[in-house]
Amino acid sequence: MRKLLNTIYVTSPNTYLSLDGENIVILKEDQEVSRIPLHNLEGIVAFGYTGASPALMGACAKRNIALSFMKPSGKFLARVVGEVRGNVTLRKAQYRLADNKEQSIQIAKNFILGKIYNARWVIERATRDYAIRLDVDQLKKVSKVLANSLQFVDQCEDLEQLRGFEGEAASQYFSVLDELILQQKESFYFNCRNKRPPLDNVNAMLSFVYTLLAHDVAAALETVGLDPYVGFLHRDRPGRISLALDLMEEMRAVYADRFVISLINKREVKAEGFTQKENGAVIMDDDTRKIILKAWQSRKQEIITHPFLQEKLEWGLVPYAQAMLLARFIRGDLDGYPPFMWK
Amino acid sequence: MSKEYKEEDFLLLSGIQHFSFCKRQWALIHIEQQWQENLRTVEGGILHEKTHDNTIKEKRGDLIISRGMGIFSRILGTTGTCDVVELYRDPGGVNIFGREGTFKPVPVEYKRGKPKENEADVLQLCAQAMCLEEMLLCKIPEAFLFYGETKRRLKVILDEDLRGRVKTMFQEMHEYYDRRYTPKVKPNKGCKSCSLMEICMPRLCKNPSVQHYIRKNLLEVTE
Repeated sequence: MRKLLNTIYVTSPNTYLSLDGENIVILKEDQEVSRIPLHNLEGIVAFGYTGASPALMGACAKRNIALSFMKPSGKFLARVVGEVRGNVTLRKAQYRLADNKEQSIQIAKNFILGKIYNARWVIERATRDYAIRLDVDQLKKVSKVLANSLQFVDQCEDLEQLRGFEGEAASQYFSVLDELILQQKESFYFNCRNKRPPLDNVNAMLSFVYTLLAHDVAAALETVGLDPYVGFLHRDRPGRISLALDLMEEMRAVYADRFVISLINKREVKAEGFTQKENGAVIMDDDTRKIILKAWQSRKQEIITHPFLQEKLEWGLVPYAQAMLLARFIRGDLDGYPPFMWK
Repeated sequence: MSKEYKEEDFLLLSGIQHFSFCKRQWALIHIEQQWQENLRTVEGGILHEKTHDNTIKEKRGDLIISRGMGIFSRILGTTGTCDVVELYRDPGGVNIFGREGTFKPVPVEYKRGKPKENEADVLQLCAQAMCLEEMLLCKIPEAFLFYGETKRRLKVILDEDLRGRVKTMFQEMHEYYDRRYTPKVKPNKGCKSCSLMEICMPRLCKNPSVQHYIRKNLLEVTE
């Protein structure tokens, strides 16, 4: 497997990113605050408005380093996309598949099978780890429902219906997510998913972490030569990275949600790090964002065994491995797309 | 009369090394445009940067050294660059543009490392010579490989047998390219030294069944 390189997150809003030789140089009011060689970077995520030099953008595009710009709140603004990677034959095969309903659904189904399988695993895992503290009966009930919906999805031959099953499974899963929060309950609770804007601390964290994951997944798709904008489950919408969203489905619960919950349960984030605006929107402060980013980086270094490849790799390479497997299926090397089914 | 290829269908000459090493590696690089640098490829690149500087003009008595000469062959359907072409003044040679007298061309290909067990370098060199023969209308009976590690030149006799293998190989490359076909290849010991190992995923060529993987996982859930 490929080597996991570093992603740098630039959180300070008034920094400017520039290029000097083979280094990214971070400037704050024209003063150099940091200098990092590009050769061991695979991504740069900038949370600030000041921007980056065209020379740096070009260098990133050339070296396959994903460069994304976010609002300080974590909302995605733009990505720098260089020359299209990979080959036109692969992308045309992707478009043909995406235009074909029968074939699209076969891939879309596997994304959703992975999603529900992993959501169920998160619940099952919690019942094992915290049997004494949890309402195990209720969790087991939801786990059973999810096991059933796996069967429905497996039989499903219609995209609309598939989206329906997915929605139901998601709401079942989200209905017990709050149960998994075992610490700081008074300030960290989850009733339902809301995002525009997030209305509680947990949703604010989820939105932020999903953005980080989307950045990684889109970059991974581009690396293997797939078009992140043309999806199978998510329909094309101008400017939306539909395929990245498709591929993310199977990683949300097991990678992002579990990460957020463990930050809360380990008391790494605190209620004081969140403020609520007049309209109910919850905003994280800079320190909290930094804590999350730092933890996200070390989560990415954790080694796991990939369930299909049976190969050891870092969590951070899972998006890349899945993107590559998807490309392999589209090219005809594999008899299907193997979703990441975590055990 | 051999079939002639159009310029737009020319394949990169250096690809014959990849193809003879592993057909899948060649397809990944040339059809799928995947490339991953490793230590070997970077070192090779640095070595070639020097040999390819085509602004340097060198003349030593009756020898002219031409670096980074662009070459092609319509018969093989290929284009590329010679690291070095040595032009020896020779009465039996051919006219060279802008030079008095006649010359005998001899290609020299520079390689990092040492002579390989496989034929990749020899095939590439022979293909270069075949291009030069076609472009200069001459006969090139021998050429040289220079190895960075041993700092030695190795003479290669370009016999009919070798030329035949080059020709067949290019035909096969064109056939794959026309179909945009990436062949599956059995993993072998060469995989360890391949810079595309992680992109290729040779284990996947053993054809694990995705259907089986999904069924097995779903079954465990319902039991």
